[in-house]
Amino acid sequence: MAYSDKVLDHFNHPRNLGSFDKSEKNVGTGIVGAPECGDVMKLQIKVENDVIVDARFKTFGCGSAIASSSLATEWMKGKTINEAFQIKNTEIVKELSLPPVKIHCSVLAEDAIKAAVEDYRKKKASVAF
Amino acid sequence: MKFPIFLDNMSTTRVDPRVLEEMLPYFSEEFGNAASRNHPYGWKAEQKVDESRSRIARLIHCGPKEIVFTSGGTESCNLAIKGVCEIYREKGDHLIVGTTEHRAVIDVARRMERSGFRVTYLPVDKTGIADLEALKKEITDKTILIALMYGNHEIGTIHPVAEIGKIAKERGVLYFCDAAASQGFVPMDVEAMGIDLLALSAHKIYGPKGIGALYVRKKNPRVRLAPIIDGGGAERGMRSGTLNVPAIVGFGKACELAQAEMETERERLWKLNEKLKKAIESSLDYVHLNGHPTQRLPNILNMSLEFVEGESILMGINDIAVSSGSACTTATLEPSYVLIALGAGVELAHTSIRFSFGRFNTEEEIDFTAKRVIETITRLREMSPLYDMAKEGIDLKNVTWKKE
Repeated sequence: MAYSDKVLDHFNHPRNLGSFDKSEKNVGTGIVGAPECGDVMKLQIKVENDVIVDARFKTFGCGSAIASSSLATEWMKGKTINEAFQIKNTEIVKELSLPPVKIHCSVLAEDAIKAAVEDYRKKKASVAF
Repeated sequence: MKFPIFLDNMSTTRVDPRVLEEMLPYFSEEFGNAASRNHPYGWKAEQKVDESRSRIARLIHCGPKEIVFTSGGTESCNLAIKGVCEIYREKGDHLIVGTTEHRAVIDVARRMERSGFRVTYLPVDKTGIADLEALKKEITDKTILIALMYGNHEIGTIHPVAEIGKIAKERGVLYFCDAAASQGFVPMDVEAMGIDLLALSAHKIYGPKGIGALYVRKKNPRVRLAPIIDGGGAERGMRSGTLNVPAIVGFGKACELAQAEMETERERLWKLNEKLKKAIESSLDYVHLNGHPTQRLPNILNMSLEFVEGESILMGINDIAVSSGSACTTATLEPSYVLIALGAGVELAHTSIRFSFGRFNTEEEIDFTAKRVIETITRLREMSPLYDMAKEGIDLKNVTWKKE
């Protein structure tokens, strides 16, 4: 299977690779997937005034999974958490020209975004009370 | 070095120039049909086909008339199983098939199940060796065929073929052995090993694609097969169709070369195999050999490199042609059933990589490969959340995962 140039670019030059300390108050962490399914994505966001000021990812998975999560971190940065929550897997499919067999990679990235935002929201709520 | 470096010799091999040279006249001047009995064109073709038959027969220690030409390993497996099932149905309706067999055997067995046969899938141990005690227990008076391969195409593990043959003989069951992955790399003797049917393929041993053979025992016992292709009655009626003379010539030459060079080549391939394995093991943690450490084909090295997904490895080492048992790289999008049969978890399949060496690989290529693999795995593990977790001492088996 041939990969699109954008997938190769993200695979060879991943953006925002790394981790934040997940115990920090303003960090939201989403981990989705499972090793036995062949892909696990960890997305983290750093939030100030409901705006995502920074993002990190680590992914176990195929090139398309790595590219999808790398792209997700790029897109999340600068968005409010509500805006980030609206990112759709189909937009990732389109941007990376993912073939049908790789659509699940984009779904996983969307799930990871939502999981990170929800984790942040939960943290914020527990601090407020 | 020529890039990409070809370390996928289990998928196919390059035709040896000596093989090609011997084939060429049979496309042009010597174009006769080996079945033409009335003129020199036919005689010459037949004579050369007979010579090839003898060369192939010598490699596996059988008689030349016991070789039936087919279109390849897959057809040979189909003919063996379907052919036996049709003829011996009166005698019994039970087959025993290994869980790590090639799809050309497993899928045929499944079809036989749909047409009323019962199939027992025989388990293997964690190195891929068939459980012979289970085999003895599973044989009943209705068992007509045991299908257990020689060397495995993914992990290289070699079954105790002679013992299987002995058990089959004692119980009066036919033994079919798929040797498409192993012929020419390790010594084979159908007589000493008690094999009744043996599948062979030319393109795995530097011969052309589209030609294979099935060894069919002629005596003690005389094995009978129903053909799956009917027609003019070539190959003792077991496989009709005009013989593919140039390919048969190439197959014969490939067998002759494999036999002549087997000892030195086997040693050389083991050396390359060990070299790559040691280089990887000494530089990376969390790596496992899949298959048996010693009872294995010299030309296969299958390893799982934990926490890194197979397709991403292949993408990372794109100047080396290899294969993986990861779901993403298989035609079925299912992880390798061979690796799963070893019972060590599906993760092992997702992170697996198969190197298969051949006649044209050099030590220089192995050194380059080792370096590239180590660099790539190191880079990809930096991206892997699982590697971090393992380093933190978290047992991944105890984590609750949010599956899709």
